[in-house]
Amino acid sequence: MQSLDAEKLRNELRLWLESNWDPNASLIEWRTKLAESGWGMPTWPSQWFGKDLSLVLNPIVDEEFSRTNAVTVARSGIRLLAAATILEHGDDSQKSRYLRRILTGEDTWCQLFSEPGSGSDLAGAITRADFDGSQWIINGQKVWTTSAHHADYGLLLARTDWEAPKHDGLSYFVIDMHQPGVNVHPLKQMNGHASFNQVFFTDAVVAPENQVDRIGNGWKVAMTTLMHERRSADALRSVQRDRNLEGRIYDEEREETATVMEPYKWYPQRAGRVDLVFERAIETGKIDDPVVRQAVADLMIKAKTAEWTARRARAAQQQGRPQGPEGSLGKLAASHVARQASKVHTMISGSDSMLGDEDGPLAGLIAEILISVPATSIAGGTDEIQRNIIAERVLGMPKEPRMDTGPFRDVMKNPGPGGAP
Amino acid sequence: MQFTFNEEQDQLRATAQKFLADKSPTVEVRRLMETHQGYDPIVWAQLSSELGFTATHIPETYGGLGLSHAELGILFEEMGRTLLCAPFLATAIAATAIMNVGTESEKSELLPDIATGARIGTLAVFETFGTWDADSIELTAKNDRLNGVKRYVLDGHIADFIIVVARTTTSDGIDSIGFFLVDGDAPGLNRRVLNTIDSTRKLTQLEFVDVAARRLGGNDDQSAKLADTLDLAAIALANEMVGGAQHLVDETIKYAAERIQFGRAIGSFQAIKHKCADMLLDVEMAKSAAYYAATAAASSDPELPVLASLAKAAASEAYMRIAAECIQIHGGVGFTWDNDTHLWFKRAKSSEVFFGDPSYHKEQLVTRWRH
Ligand SMILES: Cc1cc2nc3c(=O)[nH]c(=O)nc-3n(C[C@H](O)[C@H](O)[C@H](O)COP(=O)(O)OP(=O)(O)OC[C@H]3O[C@@H](n4cnc5c(N)ncnc54)[C@H](O)[C@@H]3O)c2cc1C
Repeated sequence: MQSLDAEKLRNELRLWLESNWDPNASLIEWRTKLAESGWGMPTWPSQWFGKDLSLVLNPIVDEEFSRTNAVTVARSGIRLLAAATILEHGDDSQKSRYLRRILTGEDTWCQLFSEPGSGSDLAGAITRADFDGSQWIINGQKVWTTSAHHADYGLLLARTDWEAPKHDGLSYFVIDMHQPGVNVHPLKQMNGHASFNQVFFTDAVVAPENQVDRIGNGWKVAMTTLMHERRSADALRSVQRDRNLEGRIYDEEREETATVMEPYKWYPQRAGRVDLVFERAIETGKIDDPVVRQAVADLMIKAKTAEWTARRARAAQQQGRPQGPEGSLGKLAASHVARQASKVHTMISGSDSMLGDEDGPLAGLIAEILISVPATSIAGGTDEIQRNIIAERVLGMPKEPRMDTGPFRDVMKNPGPGGAP
Repeated sequence: MQFTFNEEQDQLRATAQKFLADKSPTVEVRRLMETHQGYDPIVWAQLSSELGFTATHIPETYGGLGLSHAELGILFEEMGRTLLCAPFLATAIAATAIMNVGTESEKSELLPDIATGARIGTLAVFETFGTWDADSIELTAKNDRLNGVKRYVLDGHIADFIIVVARTTTSDGIDSIGFFLVDGDAPGLNRRVLNTIDSTRKLTQLEFVDVAARRLGGNDDQSAKLADTLDLAAIALANEMVGGAQHLVDETIKYAAERIQFGRAIGSFQAIKHKCADMLLDVEMAKSAAYYAATAAASSDPELPVLASLAKAAASEAYMRIAAECIQIHGGVGFTWDNDTHLWFKRAKSSEVFFGDPSYHKEQLVTRWRH
């Protein structure tokens, strides 16, 4: 049954691509076609730029795009998280306002959740939204916002009720980033890159029609965004394609990718670059040092077991079976891998570990690993928070007593811009 | 063996703390690390000619204070705590080298200017890739002319004189190690500041092309003296490292008490408390090793080589673990440039491998113990 559907789908898409795909079209022209035909995001509802296709069949679509080297809709950055959130929680006018331009890549989005005062405790946000009778007035500060400096819209989590318990006083908005009340400043990291921004709101405004879902339901909506963020690493891996293709559309796409991917340049380094370890050990002769060999072996054990554990989780998911506890361990395992990798790279590079840029090993790449790895156990939820989640949700252990219940106004918090009235 | 500091030593520490708090706040560290020179000559003049820090372990006969490596260790600890940007480690090690190899007249000639801070010196031993000992030295000295390259030389760009350890031959033609004195601006010497991850400490590469040099301490093989000098350098660095580690522990405890998440101070979470307790354990153990080794150096203990390696290995691992945990407990803020933690993290990372990484020193420790 499914294979029949699969063949039908494949044929239909082939025919469509044959008569429509044109590598010399403009990027927007082509993506508009994709959005309108439903072939851009076929798993979306047919009413909203999709084809109601089941997730199981989606790989066939990717295969066909890959085979023909056809460009896809814009998938990178926060865009698709915004789209998924709006699809699930937005109203029809929001869907028609935003979805198409997300798919064509005309609009760039950012996610405005983390604050200086609330990172692990995301629901402790104190950026405030007050209704002045005609629109929402926003005051406060967000941080760690990727792409905010070139974003058109932001997904904003803000507090609308200070009397309600923490999670119930939050609301979710789409905010126009091009307005005087929004100020974006780059945030420089210890590795010298500035991939993120601080975003300051001073009487910034949001029209009522850009409130997403009910007032007070913001936490739930944010959870949808975060759930898609976790999934996206897997699902949105870009479609494989030949390299160095020629045509106007490829040039335009390369330009787009360069801008969007710029902040992520150092991301492989923060994971520890396990892939470089053997090559470096051989090149330096350290491969014959028994102490280094033991450390490399420890790293390989950590890296391989982490990879296979993730594969077990994915395989179960693909067969529609419930994920076992192995699914929650990946983030923690990645921290261990990164830390051990940093240790091993130091051992291998020896005194050269002190040097960076053109004086350092691999033209500074090793130095970048050593000073980027600390991010891994913090970004996207700290190791301590991961352990709490594993202990309480996976192992079902007794919960930590809470000290943040009751009206949010009375909960102890860090001082900061925004804040209780 | 003495396990407490005496009154004079406590006083010296208090003087150093007061001076450094005033002269080396983090804004100043951040300013100096961006400069090519890497230190403030006025502060250098104050700490040398006014406070006499540069005279600490130099005997009184040569214009010094005649104190020991124990007192020197105290100064290093305090300088490591505040990340003082100054050629103090470089100059102190150069003085140690001269005291180890120099003849009476050489000591009388060179040490008084170090004691007053008038001249900055450094010791150039290490070359590209290799172990932190005599085995990897390839730079040659023939007829008092040096040829070769030295790397990771502390403050080589500002040094008035450089003590270069070279491969040479004794009068009876045997391959050996010797110490040579070179002027900082000698013709044929090319000095370049290296790009380092820790820019609070300047490391340089020195290229010698037929550079005129003067042999120090006669023509016998000086490899044993090199080993002794490097042991004392490792002890100095270990003391500096525990000072930095202690600073990070203090900062962490402070932040954990202030920072609130989930309606409570993060320091009230056991996960954080246990980390902090482990950090304290780490720093106190490493301090015990650094202090013990410094005291042993003061009394010329025959166990010194073992103790030097033990102290350096312990300090390296403790400092690095503490630096990583300090960032972790600061969360995202700890990964930012504006937060100061990374300055110490980078010092910890580079000190970890400077003068030999932990696995080198652990190997040395066992080898030396067996002898
Ligand atoms: C490189 C990088 C990229 C990032 N990218 C993004 C991004 O794209 N979008 C975004 O929104 N955010 C991003 N962040 C922010 C990141 O999600 C937060 O830094 C992280 O969740 C920790 O929050 P915090 O910094 O406020 O630290 P805090 O929450 O203040 O934590 C401080 C310390 O307290 C510990 N702690 C807190 N609560 C508990 C508890 N209940 N039990 C035990 N220990 C606890 C933490 O583990 C940590 O060690 C990024 C951060 C980094 C470093």
